[in-house]
Amino acid sequence: MKWVGQPIPRLRDPVLLKGKGRFTADIAVGAMAIRFVRSPVARGTICGIEIPEGAVVFTAADITDIKPLRPILHGRNYVPTDQPILANKRVTYVGEPVAAVIAATQSEAEDIAEQVMLDIDVLDPAIDVDEALKPDAPRVHDQAPGNVLVETSLKTPGFDAVWAKAAQVVEVDIRSRRQNAMPMETRNAHAVFDHSTGRVTLYTSVQNPHPIRTGIADVLGMPETDLRVVAPDVGGGFGQKMALVPEYVFAVWVARKLEASVAWIEDRNENLIASFHSRDQHHTVKAAFDENAKLIALEADLRCNVGAYSNYPITCGVEPLMAMSELPGPYDLREYSVRTRGVTTNTCPMAPYRGVSRPVLTLSMERIMNLAADRFGLDPVEMRRRNLITEFPYKTVTGSLYDAGTYWESLERSAEVLDLKGFRERQKKAREEGRYLGIGFSVFNERSGYGTPTFAARGMEITPGYETVEMAMDPSGYVIARIGASPHGQGLETGLSQIIADELGIEPSRIRIISGDTDATPYGWGTFASRSLVLAGGASKLAAEQMRERLNKIAGHLLQAPPEEIELAGGVARRRGHEGSVEITALARAAHHQSQLFGGGGPGLTTIATYDPAGTFSNACHSAIVEVDIETGHVKIERFLVVEDAGILINPMIVDGQIHGGVVQGIANALFEEIIYDETGNILTGSLMDFIPPTMSEVPTIEIEHLETLTDASITKAKGIGEGGTIGPPAAIINAISDALKPFGVEIFEIPATPPRIRQLIREAAKEKS
Amino acid sequence: MTEKLDVTLSVNGKRYEMKVEPRRMLADAIREECGLTGTHLGCEHGVCGACTILMDDKPVRSCLMFAVQAEGAELRTVEGLAKGNELHPIQQAFWDHHGLQCGFCTPGFLMLATGVLEQNPNIGDEELVHALSSNLCRCTGYQNILKAVKAAREEMKP
Repeated sequence: MKWVGQPIPRLRDPVLLKGKGRFTADIAVGAMAIRFVRSPVARGTICGIEIPEGAVVFTAADITDIKPLRPILHGRNYVPTDQPILANKRVTYVGEPVAAVIAATQSEAEDIAEQVMLDIDVLDPAIDVDEALKPDAPRVHDQAPGNVLVETSLKTPGFDAVWAKAAQVVEVDIRSRRQNAMPMETRNAHAVFDHSTGRVTLYTSVQNPHPIRTGIADVLGMPETDLRVVAPDVGGGFGQKMALVPEYVFAVWVARKLEASVAWIEDRNENLIASFHSRDQHHTVKAAFDENAKLIALEADLRCNVGAYSNYPITCGVEPLMAMSELPGPYDLREYSVRTRGVTTNTCPMAPYRGVSRPVLTLSMERIMNLAADRFGLDPVEMRRRNLITEFPYKTVTGSLYDAGTYWESLERSAEVLDLKGFRERQKKAREEGRYLGIGFSVFNERSGYGTPTFAARGMEITPGYETVEMAMDPSGYVIARIGASPHGQGLETGLSQIIADELGIEPSRIRIISGDTDATPYGWGTFASRSLVLAGGASKLAAEQMRERLNKIAGHLLQAPPEEIELAGGVARRRGHEGSVEITALARAAHHQSQLFGGGGPGLTTIATYDPAGTFSNACHSAIVEVDIETGHVKIERFLVVEDAGILINPMIVDGQIHGGVVQGIANALFEEIIYDETGNILTGSLMDFIPPTMSEVPTIEIEHLETLTDASITKAKGIGEGGTIGPPAAIINAISDALKPFGVEIFEIPATPPRIRQLIREAAKEKS
Repeated sequence: MTEKLDVTLSVNGKRYEMKVEPRRMLADAIREECGLTGTHLGCEHGVCGACTILMDDKPVRSCLMFAVQAEGAELRTVEGLAKGNELHPIQQAFWDHHGLQCGFCTPGFLMLATGVLEQNPNIGDEELVHALSSNLCRCTGYQNILKAVKAAREEMKP
């Protein structure tokens, strides 16, 4: 039996279910508390900081030996920013750490923090992305006169000539409001000084312990080896926990300074206002079509609000550059003119959030397809049929290479499952009863599982990508695999165990995956960008193949057979077509304790492998049927369907779980969640009551169908699945709402489409009509 | 800082004596004074429900109560569900149906669901969704949590 493809239960669950997981705050019980005093204003000059008598409080003046965070991107007119660990002379966003209180307990630290008085001369801030681009806007950083930190453009040589031949031009103005990834466990940093070695162990809820360690060691000017970073159980990340933040640096610095054990456990308000935000984008996109409704050229102006500082190590290029390179998505396009900008403002910095830009760019493209369908009098499926890429491999206008996918098939199947024709009849009938139903489709692809060949093209000084796995079989025949990826809820341990189990002919329960500890794992980039199963899975397969060869050799010796005729299955090695076998545990024992018999390769059973592919493209069609209450603006999702293609499914149960979670984050993006700043830069959504993450009552049953394209771009033939769920829902839902509101002439271009926004559009449309 | 009070908490049938400030939150006392860190804090303002425990068999937010308020009550936390290595039916259902991913909100959901199913073993689907909407999860999209609790509803019927 093959383990790959089985929906086996996850290996780590019993521990988590019994409440025996070890999250950072659990490990930190008893440590001294750090409490940050944060800026209450968006922009200003620090005139003084008054510290209560006898309190232990650090400010910028105390930490002059720490370098600022300075992420670097090459080219793209990138303007570097220096983010101080504690605000120095000026504050640049609400929530920026200004001072740090150390006290015996959390409540004492909070008491003292309330008594720290900040004297700040308030200056006018730049908040909104478009306002910040105006010539007279306040300047966030002196070195960036127009508030642009990254800018690039592209125009294909034939663009103007083809544009001039357009039969129809469709324009959209898409506004995506700001979101917070909102992991259930907030950020944290628990730094423990070891008196016997002088080393510090930092327990922290991050997705990428190795790069985090590099960043901290660099700004503290310490050897990386003297810092151990451990990501224990991590309560969700979604991108928010892959960037280095001043708080982690300070915790390590102060643990060394005081030779003590300290902990910063972020509260929810801090997380909402001062962790990282994302998706604050404004797209103006024009699409030219020929008379056959074929897209012939695309022109786009993309503005992304990247907040006050660039994030380390990915940089603030992540949203604007991704938006530019992947805007055309699954559609065939040869002529493209685009300008993209990362705009700095006096707001919380932007970092990747599950899906990165693609929820927004998919919304832009899919709104265009719907508007164009109306223009040509086509139904949305036919419109897309004429434009989706069906021949692979396909080289895009921005230079990406799409491996095989099922762009058209996923849409065709979705229309079939939702019975598009039947739905139109039902919709008509409902309208006669004053009920407004709509259907929306969203077809997209997603670059996943990519290594350094792809990351290098982005020009980051720190180029992520490869993953390494170190594998060992111990004398008892159990396998340990140490990985550089850093799973935090995805169930990667289980998937990797299934891949390794198939190679070695043993059960997954005999495999232990070690991750999230820089002392115990090879250097790697962590878990993000829908990569870990492809990358760490590929490296696991390669390391296990080497292990299998070693085992075959030993088995060949013991069974007096050529190694190439040995097969491993069901815990034993046997010669193909022959009687007699030897237990794999006996091979493991012999490898360690009778190594003199086998010669070559040395004693023991250890292997190491690295996998670093260019990447693959997953794809999906998301579709929604909604009902809009025109009196209240409330949207009810009646059905939500995902037809996706992530290649071979290593563990179908886990894949479905990833899709469910992603889709609900996407629904939140489409309908509910929004970080709102007022014009002074104060956040109005500082609690979960205001941010409105969906509960079980707000989400429909998510229907899923799988297509399986066997790609050569991934050695396990698995594609990434982590982010896809989040990408499709905004476009599917907004298209569905717009379809429902056709009788009113309402089209939606802004997310989240909250009831007040929908009501306002209906009112405005009614006014225009009268 | 104010004077500490003597408080005795009864958690999972075991007594814990402690001296705490009157403002000490129940969740903090459970985690730090009792050392039961399975109860998690997700928001500390009563919205997310990660800190849900059972107090005299009713689900409560332990982040919104003071430790002193729990004197004399029988408290149950996630650590009290399993009997040794034998999982409680609600835990087994969450495992079987992939009702958890990162596991951070899980203890709160397990205690909420246990309380709801114990109080009303025949609870209808609609009412169940309503009750489970008390807590937030960011990973699962709730699909498999609901599936798991429905399965446990069958298992736990007296």
